[in-house]
Amino acid sequence: MEGFAYEAPTSVAALRSCLSTAQGAGEMTQILAGGTDLLVQMKQGNRAPRRIIDIKRIAETGALELSGAELTVGASVPAAKVKGFPLVAEAFPGLAHAIDLIGSSQIQGRASLGGNLCNASPAGDTIPALIANGFEAHILTAEGERRLPVEAFVVGVGKNALQPGEVLLALKAPAPAPRSGDAYQRFTPRTEMDIAVVGVGARITVDEAGVITAARIALGAVAPQAFLAEAAGAALVGTRGEPEALEAAAAAAMEAARPISDKRGSADFRRRICGVLVKRVVAEALGRCQGETN
Amino acid sequence: MSEAMDFRVIGTRPVRPDGVDKVTGRASFGADFSLPGMLEGAVLRSPHAHARIKRIDVTAALGAPGVKAIVTAEDFPSVAAGAIEGGEGGGDFADLAGNVIARGKVRYHGHAVAAVAAQTRAQALAAAALIEVEYESLPPVLSLDAALADNAPLIDEALKTKGLAEPATTASNLASVIEMGGGDLAAGFAEADLVVERRYQTPTVHQGYIEPHACVGRWVQDDQAMLWCSTQGAFDVRSMTAKVLGQPVGALKVIPSEIGGGFGGKTTIYLEPLSLILSKKSGRPVRMVMSREEVFRATGPASAARLDLRMGFAKDGRITAAEVTMAYEAGAFPGSPVGPGTMCVFAPYRIANFRIKGLDVLVNKPKAAAYRAPGAPQALFATESALDEAAEKLGLDPIELRLRNAVEEGDAAIYGPKFGPIGMRACLEAAAKHPHYLRPKEAGVGRGVAVGFWFNVGLQSSAEVHINEDGTVTVIEGNPDIGGSRASMALMAAETLGVPYESVRVVVADTETAGFSNVTGGSRVTFATGMAVVEASKDIIAQCCSRAAALWSTDQEMVEWRDGAVHPRPGVNVDAQPLSLKDLAGQAGRMGGPLLGKASLNAKGAGPGFSVNLCDALVDKETGRVEVKAFTAIQDAGKAIHPSYVEGQLQGGAAQGIGWALNEEYVYSADGVMENAGFLDYRVPVASDLPMIETQIIEVPNPGHPYGVRGVGETPIVAPLAAVANAVSASAGVRLTELPLSPPRVLAGLDQA
Repeated sequence: MEGFAYEAPTSVAALRSCLSTAQGAGEMTQILAGGTDLLVQMKQGNRAPRRIIDIKRIAETGALELSGAELTVGASVPAAKVKGFPLVAEAFPGLAHAIDLIGSSQIQGRASLGGNLCNASPAGDTIPALIANGFEAHILTAEGERRLPVEAFVVGVGKNALQPGEVLLALKAPAPAPRSGDAYQRFTPRTEMDIAVVGVGARITVDEAGVITAARIALGAVAPQAFLAEAAGAALVGTRGEPEALEAAAAAAMEAARPISDKRGSADFRRRICGVLVKRVVAEALGRCQGETN
Repeated sequence: MSEAMDFRVIGTRPVRPDGVDKVTGRASFGADFSLPGMLEGAVLRSPHAHARIKRIDVTAALGAPGVKAIVTAEDFPSVAAGAIEGGEGGGDFADLAGNVIARGKVRYHGHAVAAVAAQTRAQALAAAALIEVEYESLPPVLSLDAALADNAPLIDEALKTKGLAEPATTASNLASVIEMGGGDLAAGFAEADLVVERRYQTPTVHQGYIEPHACVGRWVQDDQAMLWCSTQGAFDVRSMTAKVLGQPVGALKVIPSEIGGGFGGKTTIYLEPLSLILSKKSGRPVRMVMSREEVFRATGPASAARLDLRMGFAKDGRITAAEVTMAYEAGAFPGSPVGPGTMCVFAPYRIANFRIKGLDVLVNKPKAAAYRAPGAPQALFATESALDEAAEKLGLDPIELRLRNAVEEGDAAIYGPKFGPIGMRACLEAAAKHPHYLRPKEAGVGRGVAVGFWFNVGLQSSAEVHINEDGTVTVIEGNPDIGGSRASMALMAAETLGVPYESVRVVVADTETAGFSNVTGGSRVTFATGMAVVEASKDIIAQCCSRAAALWSTDQEMVEWRDGAVHPRPGVNVDAQPLSLKDLAGQAGRMGGPLLGKASLNAKGAGPGFSVNLCDALVDKETGRVEVKAFTAIQDAGKAIHPSYVEGQLQGGAAQGIGWALNEEYVYSADGVMENAGFLDYRVPVASDLPMIETQIIEVPNPGHPYGVRGVGETPIVAPLAAVANAVSASAGVRLTELPLSPPRVLAGLDQA
């Protein structure tokens, strides 16, 4: 690993100033949060930044709070802290489970959801859970801020929508509607310390009669980026999640999936597992709509 | 030696002497060593699976910052062919030299082409990238079929098949053929009521030791050299490295570090000669450490294998005939463990009519190295799968079927010798009575049974026992401790000498301090080096008795050793008090000098190891994913010197075998590049993938060892492959014959059910 400059601004204003000089100097600048992807990539020689800006000392990126009806997860908050935040554990058990699947306990103590999202791995575990739950990315720009739904933030393998000079500050989502539940499952050959062959997140909302009024299903590891499978969700709305409805949602998800064949599984295998997981995840989320949280 | 023998410390479970250093991070492993002025090395590896080297130009690299030396094959002497003795992996010295650094041709992706020493590792890596190599790429040979096809590209144009009735006249990728047989095969099959005939396949797998290969080499102007390295056998490193470098054995001193796992994979050399020649050229010590990726791409895997097996059974389960053709991938140089595979494949059973054929086949993959019971897991996977299928079809209990065919004391083994006391039947009987076997299965769960077998070996060992002036004991031996052997040696010395375990310290010494010992492998150390420690302790006892007799002015027959002291026998005409080790050691200066016991031996009488494994597995029929719900390993240890480490061997072997069965495999691209050269995608099981592995130690003492020991380190990995596959097949409802039983493969099997 070659040497590099390191800066750790303590305010958004200072961060903006760092970013403007970075652009001016035309240096290869890299934002650092937990570093669990970045440091490994640097050690493997896949990235060689000349300048690193650590955002962990900025209040906004460290925020973890429920204010009004909105959950804010700062971009650098350690995953373990998010997982243990009472509102997340109670109202977003699917997201909490997705976080729990990241690496090991040690990794979760350092890794951030913001970093997991910016790294934009097609197989990143939290990304489908964030999309299913309607999270938005809050982005610091040169002039101010902009917001993007998470599904629009990831744009390709390892590619996100940040423009030069922009930084992800936080992830925000509305508190879940009544009678709604989320779930996330991934398929891996091993129980843990593994990477998703397929990941599926869902957020389901039902009315008082148990009819599904809203369904967001997000798929991971079956396309260059995690995405919202709108047709799969639409297939559930108006049903009670009967077996035929689950089959229809699974079929729509398999149709939407664009998997590749690689060392982790063939395209056909991935598509098939995607269908199985959609049914399982929707059933799990439905089970949580009536207040069940595990 | 008898079963009724009472032991004082053997069979207890004291803390291992090396434990505190290891759990506190103080232990020094291969990469931890450093010397003043030391350089860091890096290896340039082949980007092709098969190519001719047309030209190597190191000019630019030599001018790069920090670079002090670069070596290629031209810096090494040419090495004459000759068999490697005493190692576990087998093979030939010329091939060993060719594997250390490519000469003229690269034979696998990752084959070392050049090595650089620079002031930092980053500089060495950067310089390696500046070495210009011109290749003429050749079509890679990546499978047994491709290797054995007519007109297959030749990996070694000079290789002629050995073992044929008519000497081979043309070159081929088939390095050797082994054949053995007995009885009347046709008559045996004619007698059969049931014939099971299948092809079984196992993938290339790695030993997966946590510590990558690492060494520091220092060459001095007088051509004396030293090596610090992580190895299972410092003496083997010495002989192999000396041969590759064309140096006398006595000019090289090898100092073994602590070892972070080996499993057979650290019984050969890779970096050691490179670091020494880099040191010779640069005049500085050179450290070389592999990355995990290099470990996967360039160090010894276990052979992928294909077994075409046919077994005939009478209605009562008796095996009437058995026939197998076993093809093992050797990798880029001859020397797969197909030989021991052929000897093991039917070893647990009485089979009058049999024929076994083994093929050692070159492919453009890293040269296979030893991996726990080399060759046996692949072999017994086939046999034990076939027996399971036969039991099912004959309506027999799988343990009962095996009992009806089990070898016993006095039977001639298929590979030649007559079995002494063995634990095959005892293990099967214990399995039949085990709570795991008796309890009902959960819904959907399949239960698998399989037998494991390994010869275990003896070979040469030395030991010294020094009695310090306060009566404490120092044992010096030369076998790196990969499985708790220091504790076992200390227990055997303490038992023999009648002293507390805590007063014995065991030193694993270097090649100039310890007497010669073969590699830590073949499950030989507790048996053979243990025997040397016992002999050396008895040497001490004899010296003590002789000294006491002299002191008491009596004959040696008039004294006896008991409870750690020399006692006068009745009738000794003195007022003699017993003399302890401490008494005698304290008076050594007046009584003949330091007490030093020695033994060097070639241990005969190694006792074969048998095991039975039970596995419960549940298949997710929608995804093909397997969950191992329960696993029990039962094995004959002869005598468990330290039962915790015997149990550890059983559990570790089961964990590795379960990995081999379920998810471990090398995934190759069409051009011969391993695509999963890391622990993320080369899936060794993690703790949460495994149930608690229950163990049961059977003790059928081995008369060839003073305390009844038979080796235990390798047998544990043999049975799990079939135990898992039999359980998975039962849960899936379809017979699965190709490992690993990864989700896609199980799902494909379910589709065909």
